[in-house]
Amino acid sequence: MPLYHTEDQAMLAESVTGFMADEGGIKKQLRHWRDTNCKDGFGHALWKQFAEMGLTGMLAAEADGGLSMGHVEAGIVLAEIGRNLTPSPFLTTSVMGVTALNEASDDLRGRWLPGIIAGETVLAMAIDEGAKHKPEKIACRAEKAGNGFRLTGAKDFVIHGTSADAIIVAARTSGSDSDADGVTLFAVPKDAAGIGHNAVRLVDSSIASHVRFDGVELDGSSVIGEVDGGRAVLSKVLSAGRIGAAAEQTGVAGGAFAMTTGYLKTRKQFGKLIGEFQALQHRAAHLYSELEIAEAVVIKAQQLLDGGSERAELMVSVAKAKAARACNLAVREGVQMHGGVGMTDEYDIGLYMKRERALTEFMGDANYHAERVAQLSGY
Amino acid sequence: MSELETFRAEIRAWIEANCPEEMRRPVQGEDDICWGGRNFVFKSAAQKQWMEVCAAKGYTVPDWPKPYGGAGMSPQEAKVWREELARAGARPPLSSFGIWMLGPALLKFGTEEQKVLYLNQIARGEIRWCQGYSEPGSGSDLVSLQTYGEDKGDHWVVNGQKIWTSYADKADWIFCLVRTDKTNVYQGISFLLFDMTTPGVTTKPIKLISGNSPFCETFFDNVVVPKHQIVGQLNRGWDVAKYLLGHEREMISGAGGGEQTSTIGKVLTRNGLDDPMLRAELAQFDIDALAFAACGEKFLDEIKVGKAHPAKPNMMKYAGTELNKRRHELLMAAGGSTALEWESEETRGGAPARSWLRTKANSIEGGTSEVMLNVVAKRILELPGA
Ligand SMILES: Cc1cc2nc3c(=O)[nH]c(=O)nc-3n(C[C@H](O)[C@H](O)[C@H](O)COP(=O)(O)OP(=O)(O)OC[C@H]3O[C@@H](n4cnc5c(N)ncnc54)[C@H](O)[C@@H]3O)c2cc1C
Ligand SMILES: Cc1cc2nc3c(=O)[nH]c(=O)nc-3n(C[C@H](O)[C@H](O)[C@H](O)COP(=O)(O)OP(=O)(O)OC[C@H]3O[C@@H](n4cnc5c(N)ncnc54)[C@H](O)[C@@H]3O)c2cc1C
Repeated sequence: MPLYHTEDQAMLAESVTGFMADEGGIKKQLRHWRDTNCKDGFGHALWKQFAEMGLTGMLAAEADGGLSMGHVEAGIVLAEIGRNLTPSPFLTTSVMGVTALNEASDDLRGRWLPGIIAGETVLAMAIDEGAKHKPEKIACRAEKAGNGFRLTGAKDFVIHGTSADAIIVAARTSGSDSDADGVTLFAVPKDAAGIGHNAVRLVDSSIASHVRFDGVELDGSSVIGEVDGGRAVLSKVLSAGRIGAAAEQTGVAGGAFAMTTGYLKTRKQFGKLIGEFQALQHRAAHLYSELEIAEAVVIKAQQLLDGGSERAELMVSVAKAKAARACNLAVREGVQMHGGVGMTDEYDIGLYMKRERALTEFMGDANYHAERVAQLSGY
Repeated sequence: MSELETFRAEIRAWIEANCPEEMRRPVQGEDDICWGGRNFVFKSAAQKQWMEVCAAKGYTVPDWPKPYGGAGMSPQEAKVWREELARAGARPPLSSFGIWMLGPALLKFGTEEQKVLYLNQIARGEIRWCQGYSEPGSGSDLVSLQTYGEDKGDHWVVNGQKIWTSYADKADWIFCLVRTDKTNVYQGISFLLFDMTTPGVTTKPIKLISGNSPFCETFFDNVVVPKHQIVGQLNRGWDVAKYLLGHEREMISGAGGGEQTSTIGKVLTRNGLDDPMLRAELAQFDIDALAFAACGEKFLDEIKVGKAHPAKPNMMKYAGTELNKRRHELLMAAGGSTALEWESEETRGGAPARSWLRTKANSIEGGTSEVMLNVVAKRILELPGA
């Protein structure tokens, strides 16, 4: 399959780009919700509009009312979310959440998918248990209790945790913390008794939660996939989240880069446009090269994931690491090349820097994925 | 099965049936490459056989039209051919400047007669070409070149000197940039073809830091070049030269090298190393290499359908050559003191060190990295004053 968008995908990209530029822009969304100190950190009206555009259920099966699309299509939306720094529950809900639900029972899908597709329901992912992503180790426990389970433990970096209607939790149902088996995924409704939140605003103005589960009673129907066999679903969810975050980072990087080259073409010093200085030209050209490479490997990994290739996991990690490094370079160069104004809150370039940092941490940073690449490559 | 999958099955079976075992072993060094040409000494019967069976089918230049010696493959088919070659571990049957550089330029700018004659010779590995662009005073600033062709009615008389002419002493013909109008810088250059055995052409090899001497100083002393041996229009050779450079840069970038050969992390276990810092560096490298391989694939896909920016080969060349230099730095580090050996049998005559040194030229030949960045800044980013 050629590594560019098909005609259908290009049409989707065109409409999403226009829609996001009109509705998802920094002033209208990110700054608005930040400056009004919104408790959710994103706009529910926009989430509704996502639904009207048909975006919320892209990854859900047509039989479930979705569009049966893949990660290339989801990536198109995420790149525009990134370019506009739009606060949105799309990645955790429509990408990771739906990927999980696609493996769930008719019951669970029937319970959550219609609301997601309608833009009324938001999901959060509770995977990490610490400051760094390490899903190989899961200590949060769900003990068998009667017909169901009792969930006890803590999860960190749960983006949209407080605004979510349900939290998808990776918990241990048997074995010890680092065992591969013995993990089970649960869809935990927000009103279940025993959930405690410590909501925190992050550097990029998104809201994350340190969630505590204090003997939360769950019935068997909240299990996604197999009891003790949750790793299979979890790894799909992780791949979806990782390639999604990588796609979003290419958008963040692209937005920052456009802003920066725009500045190079307008700011004058020493009687010249600063873009005339070769010291900046070469760095800008190098950055362009890095961004092109990152975009290429992201679409490659998306296609492999959609095609069910055995190389997909490896390439998803490659893509996440590469996108993170390229995006990081884009925002650092962006701020630097803006000079003093790059340090001000008034200019948007600093907002890109903040978003990059959060996305890099989400579902594993570049070092985490480099370790994975080494392991998956057999060294 | 789709048509393309049927095609893939056919190609796979054909390679299986026709590629000699010896040609499925990895290329170890420069002397394993089949360059073709009048004076080429084949390293083995298998090398000759592989080139000839491929040439007979047009597979040395699969996407060139059949009348010019190609197989007339579509872009998708040519991609399948490359993938299947890689899958079988088969070596390219023929490598040459004719295939990578002159051929594409002739396809675009050549007359029908030139195409039929020269392209078929290239496809069959009969004539080996060299590139006469650089001069002692004109490297990055190529357009300042001074080699002059004086108009003598039905021919030019060429005088001057080229330098860094790769394989000039082994090549049969040269494609050469010659000034034909001293009053016009860009529109005063013509793109001429001539036989290296023409009286007045002499070459003098230059030794490289790798110890090999694959390139030469090339001197022209009253060399007679008939007028029909010009490609494109008189004084418009710069257009041809630039177009050709695009293909040269694409080739040097290693785009299309594929994923299989690009990663090196396994050298760690192969060399029995327990070095976490090197492991981390190798993993970072492999990420960049796999990402670049995807970028190469995307670039080739896009170029075939006209989606790639025309200046994109410059970016690819920059990224690909810098990556390749890093690859060999790491391979040297992983080789330790063994990799320092210059002549030993164990290192096949110092292959690691010589390859490492050779890669340093990648970011110089065909336009330096700095020049590539200049072009990207100007033509792609459209930065002012660039
Ligand atoms: C936190 C902070 C505190 C400050 N405090 C003070 C203070 O107390 N008093 C005060 O007077 N000033 C202060 N400054 C201002 C500071 O000195 C300037 O920001 C700095 O000199 C850069 O100028 P500029 O912001 O106009 O950027 P510009 O000069 O517009 O530079 C923009 C970009 O172009 C690059 N550039 C410019 N010229 C060239 C060139 N010739 N070649 C290559 N690249 C070039 C720059 O390196 C930069 O990346 C402060 C700035 C900051 C951020
Ligand atoms: C192994 C090898 C094989 C070659 N084969 C051939 C061949 O077959 N045919 C042929 O014609 N040529 C060939 N060349 C020559 C090659 O194309 C030139 O070496 C190259 O174009 C650079 O020119 P130069 O060596 O004169 O360096 P210079 O142009 O003198 O450059 C010196 C340094 O200055 C930098 N520089 C120059 N201009 C700028 C600028 N505007 N901005 C920033 N930095 C700049 C360069 O990047 C470089 O780092 C070969 C070279 C090598 C190394």
